[in-house]
Amino acid sequence: MTTLRLMSVERWTRASRVSGVAVTILVVIFAFGPLLFSANMVDKLTTLFIYIMLAAMWNALAGYAGLVSVGQQAFFGLGAYFAIQLAAHGLAPYPSLMVGALLSGLFALPLSFFMLRLRGGEFSIGMWVVAEVLHLLVNLDKLVQGETGTSLISLNAYTPESRRAYNYWLALTAMVVLLVLIFAFLRSRLGASVQAIRDDEEAAASLGVRVLAAKRTIFVLAALGCAVAGTLWLATSITFQPKTNFGIQWTAYMIFMTLVGGLGTFEGPIIGAVLFFIVQDQLGDIGVWYLVGLGVAAMAFAMFMPRGLWGAVEDKLGLQLLPIGYRLRVKGEP
Amino acid sequence: MSLLQLERLDARYGLLQAVREVSLAVAEGEILALVGANGAGKTTLLRAIAGAHPAIGGRLIFDGVDVTAFRAFRRVRMGIALVPEGRRLFDGMTVEENLLVASHTGRTGDWTLDRVLDAFPMLNARRKSRAGNLSGGERQATAIGRALMTNPRLILLDEVSLGLAPVAVDQLYRSLRSLLTGGATIVLVEQDLKRALGVASRVVCMLEGRIVLDQAAGELSRDRVVEAYFGLRHATAGA
Amino acid sequence: MVWVDQIVEGILLGGYYALLACGLSFMFGVMRIINLAHGDLAVLGAFLVFAVANTFDLSPFVALIVVLPVMAAVGWALYRGVLERSLRAGMLVPLLSTFGLAIAIENILFEVSGADTRSLAPMIDTLAYDSWSISEDLSISRLALLIFALAVVLLGGLHFFLARTPIGRAIRAVAEDADTAELVGINSRAVYGLAAGIAVATVGLAGTLLAMRATFDPYSGPMQLIFAFEAVVIGGIGSLWGTLAGGIVLGIAQNIGAQFHPQGFLLGGHLVFLAILGGRIAISAYHGRRITRPAPAAKS
Repeated sequence: MTTLRLMSVERWTRASRVSGVAVTILVVIFAFGPLLFSANMVDKLTTLFIYIMLAAMWNALAGYAGLVSVGQQAFFGLGAYFAIQLAAHGLAPYPSLMVGALLSGLFALPLSFFMLRLRGGEFSIGMWVVAEVLHLLVNLDKLVQGETGTSLISLNAYTPESRRAYNYWLALTAMVVLLVLIFAFLRSRLGASVQAIRDDEEAAASLGVRVLAAKRTIFVLAALGCAVAGTLWLATSITFQPKTNFGIQWTAYMIFMTLVGGLGTFEGPIIGAVLFFIVQDQLGDIGVWYLVGLGVAAMAFAMFMPRGLWGAVEDKLGLQLLPIGYRLRVKGEP
Repeated sequence: MSLLQLERLDARYGLLQAVREVSLAVAEGEILALVGANGAGKTTLLRAIAGAHPAIGGRLIFDGVDVTAFRAFRRVRMGIALVPEGRRLFDGMTVEENLLVASHTGRTGDWTLDRVLDAFPMLNARRKSRAGNLSGGERQATAIGRALMTNPRLILLDEVSLGLAPVAVDQLYRSLRSLLTGGATIVLVEQDLKRALGVASRVVCMLEGRIVLDQAAGELSRDRVVEAYFGLRHATAGA
Repeated sequence: MVWVDQIVEGILLGGYYALLACGLSFMFGVMRIINLAHGDLAVLGAFLVFAVANTFDLSPFVALIVVLPVMAAVGWALYRGVLERSLRAGMLVPLLSTFGLAIAIENILFEVSGADTRSLAPMIDTLAYDSWSISEDLSISRLALLIFALAVVLLGGLHFFLARTPIGRAIRAVAEDADTAELVGINSRAVYGLAAGIAVATVGLAGTLLAMRATFDPYSGPMQLIFAFEAVVIGGIGSLWGTLAGGIVLGIAQNIGAQFHPQGFLLGGHLVFLAILGGRIAISAYHGRRITRPAPAAKS
C-alpha cells in the first residue's frame, strides 16, 4: 500500500517543461519575423515552415498510423489547383488559397473510404496512382494548359513585401497550428489508440479501439496539412505547374525528412526538415551532384542511423523533449 | 570430453535476462530433461544453444569447437538441430518439401527421407499435403522429422507435447522411442514431469534463468524435482 | 475491328510488364522489401547495355550476356551492402535506402551521360519495327512477341526453379520464415543475396528490352516503377503468374485508353488499376456480409 503513495504519474518532465517554454519563446520571436529578419531570411523561413509541415504530416501518417503513403503530393497539388480555379472565378487570392486547401483536405474524406480499406503496399502505391490520376486530370483542364501551367496572377496585386509577410505569417501560423494539433492529438486518447494501431492493429481492435475512425482522422488531417503546404508553396512561387505540384519528389522529400529526423517521434520530422532545408539551401546550386549527395546521405542514414537523428538522441540520452507518453515517477527520484 | 559445454552463458529475451550464467555439460548419448516453470528460460536456453538467439555473455562449446559466434545454420551443419517451440513449419510447403529443405546440410548419416517417413508412418499418407493443413500431431512429427533430416548429433526438443491431445503425445513418444534409445544425444524440454522423468537419464531444472537442480534421473524423487521447480527449499533448523 | 489490334498489343505489352515487375515481386515476396529503385535499376541496365554495345560495336543481345551477370552482382552487392542493414532496423527503413539509391542512380546517370533520350532500337535493325500482318486490322510486332515469349520463358523458368530445385526450396523457406530456415541449415543471408541478384538481373533485362521497343533517359525510372507496381498489385502480390496477368490487364487498359486521348494511355492504366482495387474491396466486403448474415431456413 505504502509503495503506491510513493509514485506519481506525470506527463511533463523537467526537460520537457524547459523545452516547452523555449519553444513558446521561439514562436513569439518568429512571429515578429518580417520585422526582424531580412527579406531573404523571411523567404527561407517560409520554405522551412512548409517543409516542417510536410514532414510532420508524413510522420503522422507513417510513424503513428502506420500508413505509408507514396502519394501525399495529390493533396499538395490539388490544394493549389483548387486555389487557381477559385481565383480564376473571382475569389481574392488569399481566400482562394485557404479555401483551396480546405477543399483538398475535404477530398480526403470520401477518398479515405476507399483507400483505408487497402493494406500495406496496395495503399502506398494506390495513393501514388491517385496522385498521378489527379495530375493527368488537372492537365486536361484548359485553365492549366497542360504541363505549361499557369499562375496565381491575382497575387501580383500585393507588393512583394506584403506578399512575403503574409506568406510568412500564414506559413508560421499553419505550421504551429498543425504541430499543436498533432501534439494534442497524440496526448489524447485517440492518439494513444493510433499508436496502439501502429504497433499491433488486431490487438488494438480487440481492446475496443476504433481503428478505422482513428486512421481516418489522421488521413484527413495529413491531407489537410499537405494541402495547406501546397497552397503556401503556390503563394510563394506564384506559378502552378502540374509536374512540379503533383511531382513524386514531394513524397521523396517527406520520406527523407521523416526517416532522417526520426520516424515516430514528435521532434524527429522537425529536425529532419531543418536538415533537409539546410542541405538544399547550401548545396542546391551545385547542380545535380547535390541530388546524388542527397541520395547517398539517405542510404547512409538508413544504414547507420536508421532510427534517425532524434531516434539516436532518444536512444542515447533517454530524452524526450515534448512529452507524449506517461511517466511513472518514484518520489525522491528526479 | 562432453559433446556440448555451456560456460556461464547469458542470454536475453527482449529486455529480460532470461538465461543467467548457465553452465552445463552434456555428454554424448545423454538424454537430458530440461524442466522448469513457464518463463524459467528453458526455450531461450535451447534457442541460444541452436544459435537462434544471441548469447550476450559466456561461451558455448560443441564438439570441442567454440561456436558462440556461429550463426544458426553453421551450427546445424556441425550437428545441432532444434525442434522449435510451436513447430514453425513452412506452411506453404508440403510435408515432403519441409523434410527435403533440411537435407542439404552436407552432413552424412542414417536419416533419409524414406527413413524419416518410416519412423513417422502417419506422415507417409500426408507427404504431399501442405504443412498448413496438418493436424497438431502431424505437424509435430513433421517438425521432428525435419530436424532429423539434418542428421544431427545433438537434438534439442522444445515442448513437443505442447498443444497435443494425450493420445497424440503417446503416439509421438512411441515414434521417438527408437530415437531415444538409439544413442542420440537429446536435450528435451517437457512440461509433463512424468514423461520427462520416464525418458531422461538426467534432469536439469531451471528457475528464473538459473539452474537450480542438475542430477541423474535415477537419483531423483519426483518431490525433489517439484521443489526445485517452484523454488521451494527445505526449512533448516534455526534459520 | 480496331479493338483487336489494341488488345493484342496490350497483351504483348503485358509480357514486358511481367518481365519488368517480376524482380519487384520477387524482392518483395522473399525479403518484404519495396524497392523504390527498381525502375531506375532497369534504366541502369539499359544504359550499361547501350554503353557496352556502343563501345564494342556489338548487338545489344550480345551485350546482355556481359551486362546481366554484372546486374546480378549489383543486386547481390545492393543487398549485402545496403539492404541487409536497413532491414534490421525495421520494415520502413529500406524505403529510405532504396529511395536514396534511386535518386543517386538517376542523377549519376544524368551527370555521366547527359539528359538525352536514347534508344537501342537503331542497334537491332529491323527487329525494332518488323511485324507480321495477320489481317487488315491486326499486325503483330516481332519484337513485342519476342518480349512476350521471353517473359513466359523467364517466369516459367523461375517457377520451375522455385518449385523443383533445392535452392528454389531454400528460397521459399527463407521467404516464409528466415529464422526457422536458418535452424534447418539454410544460410538465409546467402539466399537473400541470391534473390536480390536474380531480381536485379531480371530488371536489367527488362530495361534493355524497354530500350529496344522505346526510348529511355536518366529519369525514366519512376514511370517504370509505377507500372511495375500496378502490374504486381493488379495480379495479386506474391504470385509470379499473377504478375503476368496483371501486366496484361494493364497493357490492354493502357492501349485502349490511348485510343481516346493522348493522356489516355496513362489514365487508362491508372483508372483500371484503381477500379480493380475497388472491385476487390467490394468483393471482400460482400463476402464479409455474407458470413455474418444468418443462414436461410432449411427447406422442409
